[in-house]
Amino acid sequence: MKKEKIGLILLEVFAIILLIAFFYPFYIIIINAAKSYSEIITDPLSLPDNIFQIFTNAKEVMAKPNINYFSSFMYSVIITLVSLIAIGIFSAMAAWVLVRTKTRYSLIIFMIFLSGMVIPFQVVMLPLVRLLQTMKDITGIPFKGTVHGIILAYIGFGAPLSIFLFHGFIKSIPMDIEEAAIIDGCTKSQVFFKVILPILKPIFVTLLVLNGMWIWNDYLLPVLILGKGSSVQTLPLSVSMLAGNYFKDWSLILTSVLTAALPVVILFLFAQKHIIKGMTSGAIK
Amino acid sequence: MTNEGSKLNKIGNKLLYFVVSTLVIMAFPVILTIQMGGKLLKKDLLVFKNKEGEGKVRKFIIDKWLGETYTAQNNRVFVYFLFPALGSFLLFVALPFFQGLWFSLTDWNGLNTGRESFIGFENYRTIITDYAFMYSFFRTVIYSVLNIIVINVVAFSMALLVTQKLKGKNIYRAGFFMPNLIGGLVLGYIWQFIFNKAFVEFGGALDPSILINGDTALIGLIVVVTWQYAGYIMMIYIAAIQNIPQDLVEASKIDGANMFQRLKAITLPLVAQAFTVALFLTLVTSFKQFDTVTSLTQGGPATQLPAWIGSIYDKDLLPVVQSTNLIALNIYSEAFDNYEMGIGQAKAIVFFVVLLTFSLIQVYYNKRREVEM
Repeated sequence: MKKEKIGLILLEVFAIILLIAFFYPFYIIIINAAKSYSEIITDPLSLPDNIFQIFTNAKEVMAKPNINYFSSFMYSVIITLVSLIAIGIFSAMAAWVLVRTKTRYSLIIFMIFLSGMVIPFQVVMLPLVRLLQTMKDITGIPFKGTVHGIILAYIGFGAPLSIFLFHGFIKSIPMDIEEAAIIDGCTKSQVFFKVILPILKPIFVTLLVLNGMWIWNDYLLPVLILGKGSSVQTLPLSVSMLAGNYFKDWSLILTSVLTAALPVVILFLFAQKHIIKGMTSGAIK
Repeated sequence: MTNEGSKLNKIGNKLLYFVVSTLVIMAFPVILTIQMGGKLLKKDLLVFKNKEGEGKVRKFIIDKWLGETYTAQNNRVFVYFLFPALGSFLLFVALPFFQGLWFSLTDWNGLNTGRESFIGFENYRTIITDYAFMYSFFRTVIYSVLNIIVINVVAFSMALLVTQKLKGKNIYRAGFFMPNLIGGLVLGYIWQFIFNKAFVEFGGALDPSILINGDTALIGLIVVVTWQYAGYIMMIYIAAIQNIPQDLVEASKIDGANMFQRLKAITLPLVAQAFTVALFLTLVTSFKQFDTVTSLTQGGPATQLPAWIGSIYDKDLLPVVQSTNLIALNIYSEAFDNYEMGIGQAKAIVFFVVLLTFSLIQVYYNKRREVEM
C-alpha cells in the first residue's frame, strides 16, 4: 500500500514537470510579447522590464497600414460565425431528410457526402481557384477575395463530416415524436425547426467546436480564396503577412500571435468540457 | 469630390456584396423564387389543382410536388432541405475534384487559362522524372512514419499517466490539450522563435538553431507537431482507457498481475479500436502537413540530394533540394510559384491515391486486431 502511494506521488511530480514543459513555449511567447525588439535580441529568456510594453506593441501592430489587424480580426469573427451557423443548420437539414426519406436516392446522396470526407483539400484546391474565377465571369459576382465566397466554400467543405455526425444522431431519435407533432398539426418543415432542431443541441455544440477550431485556424483556404494582402483578411493571413518580411520584428509578430490565439484560449477556459468532448467524440465516430 | 464619390461607391459595393452574399448563402434564390412564385400563382394554381385528373403529367406534378398530399410535402421538403448543403458540396468539392482529373491531363500553366490542351499522361511522366518531387515524397514518408510513432507513443503514455489516481488529473488533461487550440500556422511562427532565438541561449546541441540543418529541422518539425497534436490524440486514448471494465482490472490485480502485465494483457488489446482511429488521424494529418511547415521552415533549409536518389536519376553532380519540402508544400509551390498548374494537379492526384492506399491498408490491418467487446 505504501509503495503504491510513493509511486503515485512520483507520478504526480512527473506529471507536473511534464505540464511545465508543455507550458514553457507559452511562457516564452508571453514574456517576449511584452518586450521591445532590442530587448528580445539581447536576452529572450529574461523577464520583461516593463509589462506595459505589450500594449505599445499591440498598438504598433494595429497601426501597421498593410496589415489591417483590427479589420482582419473582425472578418475572422464574421467568417467563422456565419460559416458555423450555416454549416450547422444546413447539414442538420440535409441529414434529417436523408435519414427520414428511405429511398435509394437518399442513400446514394449520403454516400456521395461520405466520399467527400476522404478527398484531401490539395486535390481540389487548384480547380477550385479557377472555378471561382469562372463563376465571376459568368455571374458577374466576385467570389474570390470576398466573404460570401469563402463562407460558401466552408459550407461545401464542412458539410460531409457534419452530415455524417448528424446522420448518426438523428437515426437514434424515435419516429414517434415526429408523428405526434404531425398529428398536432405541424407541417413537415415545422417538425424539423420546432421539434428536431432542439433535440440536436448536443451534437450541434460538438460540431460548433470541431468546425470552429478548423475555420478559425485555417490558413490554406483563406490564402487561396482571399489571397494575402487583399481587403478581406483573416487573422492567420495577417499574422503571416506580418511575419513574412525578411526583417522579422519578433516583438510585433509575437504580440499578433498572442492576440490570434487568445480568443480561442479564453473560450477554452470557459467551455473546456464541451470543447474536449466535442473534439474527441467527433474523431471517434 | 471624386475621391468622396469613389469612397461612397466602395461602401455601396461592400454593402451590396454583403447583401448578395447573405442571400446567396441562405440559398434564398431557389427557395424564395419557388415560394414567392407559388404565392403569386396561387390563384392559377388553385385552378390548376382543382382540375384533377386531366392528363397524366398534370396529375403527376400535382400529386408529387405541388399538392398538399403527404408525398408532395415530403418531396418538396426533401429538395429544399437538401439543396444548400448538397449544392455547395457539389459546387465546391465534387465539381473541382472531377475537373482536377481532367486538368492533370492538360498543359494548364496558370497563364493560358481556358486555352490549355490535352497532353495525355505527360504531366505524370514529368513527375516521375522529377527528382525533387521524389525527394519530397521520400521526406514526407520519413516524416510521417517518425511523426506517427512519436505522437502515438507520447500520447498513449500521457493518457496512461492522467488516468492514474492523480490529484490534478483534470488540470493535466486540459493543459496537455491546450496547444491543440492554436492553429498550425501561428504555431510554426511561435516555434521558429523558440528554436532560433530562445533555445540557442541554452547552448550545446541547440546552438546554432536546429532549423538550419535539414535532418534536425525535420526533427524540430516533429517536436512542434507532437507538442500540438499529442494532447488531442491523448484524449482519444483516455476515452478508450476509461471504457475498460474495472472488474477486469480488479480481477487481474487479485491474480497478482503487475502493471506491465496488465498493460500488455488488458489495456493494449482493449484500446485497439482507439489505436486504429489515432493512427489513421496521425497518418492523414502528417501526410497533409502544410501550415506548420510553411511557417516554421518554409520548406528549407537547402541540402544536397541524397546519393541514392541521385543514382536513380543518373545525376553525377547532386543538385540542391529543399529538405523539409513536404508533398503538400511541394504541390502548392509547383502551382503558385512555378505556375505549372497541370503538373501541380497531377502531383495532387498522385498524393491523393497514395494517401488513400496507405490509410486503407492501415485501417484494414488494425481492424483485424481489434477485440470485440
